[in-house]
Amino acid sequence: MLWLQVLVNGLALGGLYACIAAGFSLVWGVLNIINILHGSLIVLGGYLAFFAHQYLGLNPFLFAPFAGALMFVLGFAIQRAMINPVMMQPVLMTLVLTFGLNLFLDNLMLAGFKADYRKINLQPPLGVLEFGDIILSVDRVYAAAVGLALVGALWLLLRFTQLGRAIVAVRMDREAAALMGIDIRFTYAVAFGLGTMMAGSAGALLAAIFPISPVSSGGYLGKAFVICVLGGLGSIPGVVLGGFALGVIEAFGALALGPENAITISFLLLIALLIVRPTGLLGRRGFN
Amino acid sequence: MMRWIWLSIALVAAVAGLLSFGDNYLLRLATTVAMYVTLAVAWNIVGGFTGYPSFATAAFFGLGAYASGIMLVNGVPLGVAWIGAGVVSTVFAAALGLAILHLRGHYFAIGSLVVADVLREVTNTWVSFTGGGMGLNVPLVGGAAAAQARFFLISMAILAVAATLTAIWLSRSRLGVALQCIEQNEDAAQVIGVDTRRAKVAAFAISSLFIGIAGAIYASWTTYIDPSDVYDVSLSVKPIIMALLGGVGSLAGPVIGAFVFLGLEELIWRNSLEFHAGILGLLVVALVLFLPGGLRDLKGRSVLTWVRDKMKGRTL
Repeated sequence: MLWLQVLVNGLALGGLYACIAAGFSLVWGVLNIINILHGSLIVLGGYLAFFAHQYLGLNPFLFAPFAGALMFVLGFAIQRAMINPVMMQPVLMTLVLTFGLNLFLDNLMLAGFKADYRKINLQPPLGVLEFGDIILSVDRVYAAAVGLALVGALWLLLRFTQLGRAIVAVRMDREAAALMGIDIRFTYAVAFGLGTMMAGSAGALLAAIFPISPVSSGGYLGKAFVICVLGGLGSIPGVVLGGFALGVIEAFGALALGPENAITISFLLLIALLIVRPTGLLGRRGFN
Repeated sequence: MMRWIWLSIALVAAVAGLLSFGDNYLLRLATTVAMYVTLAVAWNIVGGFTGYPSFATAAFFGLGAYASGIMLVNGVPLGVAWIGAGVVSTVFAAALGLAILHLRGHYFAIGSLVVADVLREVTNTWVSFTGGGMGLNVPLVGGAAAAQARFFLISMAILAVAATLTAIWLSRSRLGVALQCIEQNEDAAQVIGVDTRRAKVAAFAISSLFIGIAGAIYASWTTYIDPSDVYDVSLSVKPIIMALLGGVGSLAGPVIGAFVFLGLEELIWRNSLEFHAGILGLLVVALVLFLPGGLRDLKGRSVLTWVRDKMKGRTL
């Protein structure tokens, strides 16, 4: 039964992991940028939810999409002001740029919110579900459900709206998309905004089940790396698959080798996958 | 050539002056700048010459520091431990290079970035061997404080000069030409008969040799290392910023960049202890946005034309 419990734990986290990585994957796939800032944006979303709960009494699970909407504006502005000018630069420059932004935002949050770990304490607590021997805490189920719903909404947006089709077109062929009359600069800014939105929502959900702190941004970024490489770049189903895969692998890895080795396992897996199959399980080749 | 001769004379004079008259603060700054020069020049061999955006500097640095620290704790003589650390880091880089150097662009960047995280976590959990998160006390070199400071300055300066000379030699060697071909067009380089895999792995290994020894000297210099300190991601990023400041891919660029960067860092640390990382971040953003070619971009242009060009250049 222990195995089943571990599997359930892993799957429950998987939905949230998909949400963590969806925005990162979108930005990487469409803008061809590795957004080192992503982890900090997740933490910022977490703080939005924390303060919304503390001062306005808002439920983090319901607030998550609104945290995302606020973060969309921020992401749109960041792309327009700072990332757009270097879109055509080599990988090194965009990486260093987002790293600089990450340093700045982390330090800003550290100065403003301190390094203390904070967690939203819902009153009354949501409790646990029990199916025979399997125990499942309700807050994780909610987080996974809302996370997956948001990822699903992003998938629908990309698939069925004109804006989404424009984003996909730009990803496939920038020049051809421009010739079809798509405003490339606007599309890039929207895509980055959507990526930031997903980060913010994921952060809001994380704050409801885990303690957050400005120092944890690097950990979330690392998870986004692994999930994207696991599932393959630039496809939403890939992110969902990667998220669940990482959740389960972490859970079983922690069981087999001890929880202190969870990061090592996932990063070694990342390197191994990069060596064997850099396009991921569902990914397609291309884009540098 | 004349320029290099004058530069080396100036360098020797500066080091000699420091050794005779410098106080501990100046000696510390000089040792730091020598370390920065080493890291930036070594990174430039992979990141500049070859054009591979490596974020593995922290991994080699930390590995060198721990390899040397553990050897010293077990009674290995200082010189042997330092060289040994260089060998460990070189062997590790060669193996790592064989594994990840076939990746390009973003995938290589991510692959190299997580190596330091893996090594840090392994160091953290392998308590019996590395001391774990408590860190490792590296045996003292011995002697008076001032003599120690001089010793480490000389050691680090020799390493920096060796790294720079190697980079100069490399840029004129067959291997260097191969690396530059790879930087310009790897597929074409392969077509004309460059063994790109071998060249890239060689560059990675040479680069890590100097970084590993720099880590080893650093460990003895500070006498205490812990995983979050020597595997810190900023050790991977700072050399890149230095190279960007001075000009990526050039010979003198990383050296100049290291000096400028240390000056900026001291200035920021002095004026803002709480927010220094944030200011550094802003500086990086400004550098990439306004001076992507480094300080050379400022040369021979008035501020006005520079601003105007920037405004024009802000479109996609």
